[in-house]
Amino acid sequence: MSSVRVENLWKKYGKVEAVRGVSFEVKEGEFTVLLGPSGCGKTTTLRCIAGLELPNEGKIYFDHDDVTPLSPADRNIAFVFQLYALYPHLSVYDNIAFPLRAEGLPREEVRKRVEEVVELLQIRDLVSLKPRKLTSGQKQRVALGRAIVRRPRVFLLDEPLSNIDAKLRETTRAELKKLQKSIHATTIYVTHDQVEAMTMADKIVVMNFGDIQQIGSPHEVYHYPANLFVARFIGSPGMNFIPGEITRRETVGIMVNGASFIPLHGEQAEAVERISLSSSQVVVGVRPENVLVSPEVEAVLEGEVYVFEPLGAQNIVTFRVGTHLLKALLPGDTMFSRGERVSLGLKEIRIFDAQSQKLIA
Amino acid sequence: MLKLSIQDLTKKFGRKTAVSNLSLGVESGKITVLLGPTGAGKTTTLRCVAGLEKPDQGTITIEGQVVNDYPPKDRDVAFVFQNFSLYPRYTVFENIASPLRIRGLRQEEIAQKVKEVASFLHIDHLLDRRPIFISGGEMQRVAIARALVRRPKVFLLDEPLTNLDAKIREEMRTELKRLQGEMESTFFYATPDQAEALSMADTIAVIHHGHLVQVGTPTGIYHQPVNMFVADFVGSPGMNFIPASVEGETVNVGPGYFSLPLSPEMRKACAEQATSKEVFLGIRPEDVLIRFEAQEGFYPALVEVVEPLGVLQIVRLRLNHHFIRVRSEENAHFPVGEKVFFGLKEGKVRLFDGKSEKRIW
Repeated sequence: MSSVRVENLWKKYGKVEAVRGVSFEVKEGEFTVLLGPSGCGKTTTLRCIAGLELPNEGKIYFDHDDVTPLSPADRNIAFVFQLYALYPHLSVYDNIAFPLRAEGLPREEVRKRVEEVVELLQIRDLVSLKPRKLTSGQKQRVALGRAIVRRPRVFLLDEPLSNIDAKLRETTRAELKKLQKSIHATTIYVTHDQVEAMTMADKIVVMNFGDIQQIGSPHEVYHYPANLFVARFIGSPGMNFIPGEITRRETVGIMVNGASFIPLHGEQAEAVERISLSSSQVVVGVRPENVLVSPEVEAVLEGEVYVFEPLGAQNIVTFRVGTHLLKALLPGDTMFSRGERVSLGLKEIRIFDAQSQKLIA
Repeated sequence: MLKLSIQDLTKKFGRKTAVSNLSLGVESGKITVLLGPTGAGKTTTLRCVAGLEKPDQGTITIEGQVVNDYPPKDRDVAFVFQNFSLYPRYTVFENIASPLRIRGLRQEEIAQKVKEVASFLHIDHLLDRRPIFISGGEMQRVAIARALVRRPKVFLLDEPLTNLDAKIREEMRTELKRLQGEMESTFFYATPDQAEALSMADTIAVIHHGHLVQVGTPTGIYHQPVNMFVADFVGSPGMNFIPASVEGETVNVGPGYFSLPLSPEMRKACAEQATSKEVFLGIRPEDVLIRFEAQEGFYPALVEVVEPLGVLQIVRLRLNHHFIRVRSEENAHFPVGEKVFFGLKEGKVRLFDGKSEKRIW
């Protein structure tokens, strides 16, 4: 398998700039997810890598080879649209052998390569079965086997799980991640679902409006989102925001809602002191799991229960705080009713510049 | 008070029975969710209520009136479809206003109602646009606004959020629940998404193969599922099951893997309900603990897949021939392939009959 490098990729459709100067790298064997809402340019980027679209500007490299001028067929990629699409009338063996036979490889070579894949994916017991006899997990293995038997340089997947039941998606996700690791396949995976990105990716490329918003590990994009867009898009529910103002008392802190003072400590205090903000307006970001009901932490805000959503293991409680809404992720055994007044504390806050919307600390 | 009552509803398409002998009441001012996988009979049930399908058997009663012989327009229900369709040549305003125009309301009254519902759904800035110039999420909001603009007796919503991006889906869930609460309208809502059901519903009716399997509150369904289907379907991930056998005062996972003591109440339940000594031991992912060292009550397993989700991680552990999924909220790092020890939280173990798959405990 190869590494992939995308350099300053631009793609326009008439006046619409679908992809605007995108650059990123995918290491050999790495699982990279292009994540963003509809229309963010993720699929266009993938199609440029596949050679299905010709970029207006920019280069695409597989290892050190510039593949930008090559046709899809000459790039040696595997583009997987759906993980369950198999030829129903062919056995597992013949399904996997199909692309090799289509290429006209000699019998002996076909046998050897199918054997290798069968071994790798541990599907020896299934080779003579027809697809309808397989479980969904097995079908997925076979579909993947058919894709890797050609020894592609990179795997490209465009929302392969979007058409299956939510329930099945959960198991498929874990299976796919395990398989990808075991065959060490360079993978670029497009999705709008942050859960898929978080759970499977080594590296997430978050996109919006044709631009890259952040490149990072799941841990980085979750805990240190580069800007408000990423902070809100990642996480379920996303990060909460409350506008505030940097205020100096005995210590430096942030005044929110006109009345509540959140003191800052350590690195965050230093960062706020260090940078000279164009204005003192900031946005305080807090993850729903870090909105706590006092007396667990010192209360800084008063809220009123607005919507209560149980999820079994956890509950999402939306509080109205002044004119803002704050979502909290609380243990499954907590109960609230609408209109109830609650004191809230915040933990592990993030501070964003209100103007540029970028992370300060 | 019941707004809608379905009695012994059966609907066949040719030889296929889509809905079988289904009876269900929908309470006034509440959200009743019909939850089930694709093909369970959810849409058919809703369509029978709306009058879009004629039942083979059974009665539909709305506000005490049997409506079986009423055409759809006389039932005073509003239907929101999964594949929402808007009038492409009308503006958003005219789309929302269309049901009011049909009913011949005065111009000012129409304008007022449309603006009210549009601001409710945060689409007031789109009123002058035509559908092709707004996003998918906005289109669905317009479709919902069109249903909400009049006050029908019952809202029938058929997977209204399924075709939306994951992020918008999550936000719309809270919005819809808030709207329904403030309007005190009656929702009969079909979805295959258990998170949607748990978070929105006052009552959940689980349907499978056209049969009603369980009716209850979100908490009831989550904590006291009637069988393995419900236990697996509800929750993310669903409940874990391990085959085991009941012998005397213990339940054994074998051979010789581990044993758990049975309380006198559990033994009694097994004696009364179990068809044989073969059972499934059920445990929710949040009720499993992981340790790195061996200790009393903890059993060995291998870490197979780790799925980070930011706030928590889902760890898949391989037991002998099975795997279990664990929701770990700790920040611990679990290396794939490593041996760990898992334990089951006391009082959280469930038992299911090995044959009927019904819950015994």
